[in-house]
Amino acid sequence: MSDLAAGLERPEMPDQESLPPVTEVAVASMILIVIGGIYMASHLPHHAPVVLPIIVLVGSVLLIAWNALTLSRVREFSWSTFWLVGRWAVIAYIVIAGMLLYVFVKDGTRGSQLTLVTLMLITYAVNVPLLLAFGAARYQPPDD
Amino acid sequence: MADMTHEASLPVAQAPPLTDSFDRTKLEIVPLKGLPIVAAALIALIVVIANDWPWGLTFFHVVGGGLWTAIDLFFGFMVGPIIGRLSVPARIDFSARFMPKMLLLMPTLVLITMAAGWQLGNHLGFTDASYFRHSWIVASYIVVGVMSVIALGILEPANLAVLFELKKPKPNGELIGRLMRRYIYTAGVTGAMQIATLIIMTRLGSP
Repeated sequence: MSDLAAGLERPEMPDQESLPPVTEVAVASMILIVIGGIYMASHLPHHAPVVLPIIVLVGSVLLIAWNALTLSRVREFSWSTFWLVGRWAVIAYIVIAGMLLYVFVKDGTRGSQLTLVTLMLITYAVNVPLLLAFGAARYQPPDD
Repeated sequence: MADMTHEASLPVAQAPPLTDSFDRTKLEIVPLKGLPIVAAALIALIVVIANDWPWGLTFFHVVGGGLWTAIDLFFGFMVGPIIGRLSVPARIDFSARFMPKMLLLMPTLVLITMAAGWQLGNHLGFTDASYFRHSWIVASYIVVGVMSVIALGILEPANLAVLFELKKPKPNGELIGRLMRRYIYTAGVTGAMQIATLIIMTRLGSP
């Protein structure tokens, strides 16, 4: 690769060490949602005890909130790339989460189970676009 | 035969160019031409789910899951190592043409497989906790969970970052190499999960 880039100046990117661990935190948040989803699905058609799903859901939301807060404090960053990717990824993941929710509703999931599944899918539809947008923007030249 | 011999003996200088010129900086990260195909597949899936057509559900689950597993194994264990041995310009050229298609194809296959599979499992009583092979079903949930974390948390962000880097006039080869190594590191886990999927699904389909 060095031969390709020889004699050319490379675009800058933010100091990777200075960025918050958004990817790691987002993956942890995703793992919590996956655990909650598997736990609930494994009890069907009976209602799973809601304590564990609520704990993992709250934990996941808190991790996303922490990510959003720490990311909002970053100054040297390609926010244009972040929003470009984030916007399209949100649309894509609303479609994906919407289809999964439709299947659950069609199969008769109701009450607290439906509420928890909906909140988990919303969390997923926020978390994944955040992860993708950060993953693309972190290597781009910071906005002026 | 005579014609074939004649063609085969053409001087190299007269041979047609092997590749069209490809402006990497103008590559589409999401191939727009593929979006109508994705939309058509998703609309067909919704129609099948809404009408509870067993054949349609089986079709989407088997075809989607088969392609998902086959592509993962084929890419991870056959194409991936070959790409690793290509020259850097060839690797860049291949990735710039190949990865946008994967960005559209794989999430569509995963969604189709999971949505149709869940609905099919409900019809067949597989998702019921009283099903006598329920532990196998839970194992399949765990396998899908692990694969989704790897795909969405590790591979998709790397895929996007590589595509953005490839669009630059002066791509950072070291960065691309570092990001592409994630595919190598996760190929073993993904391969193991896909083989586990084959074992689970064939067990569930057996009497």
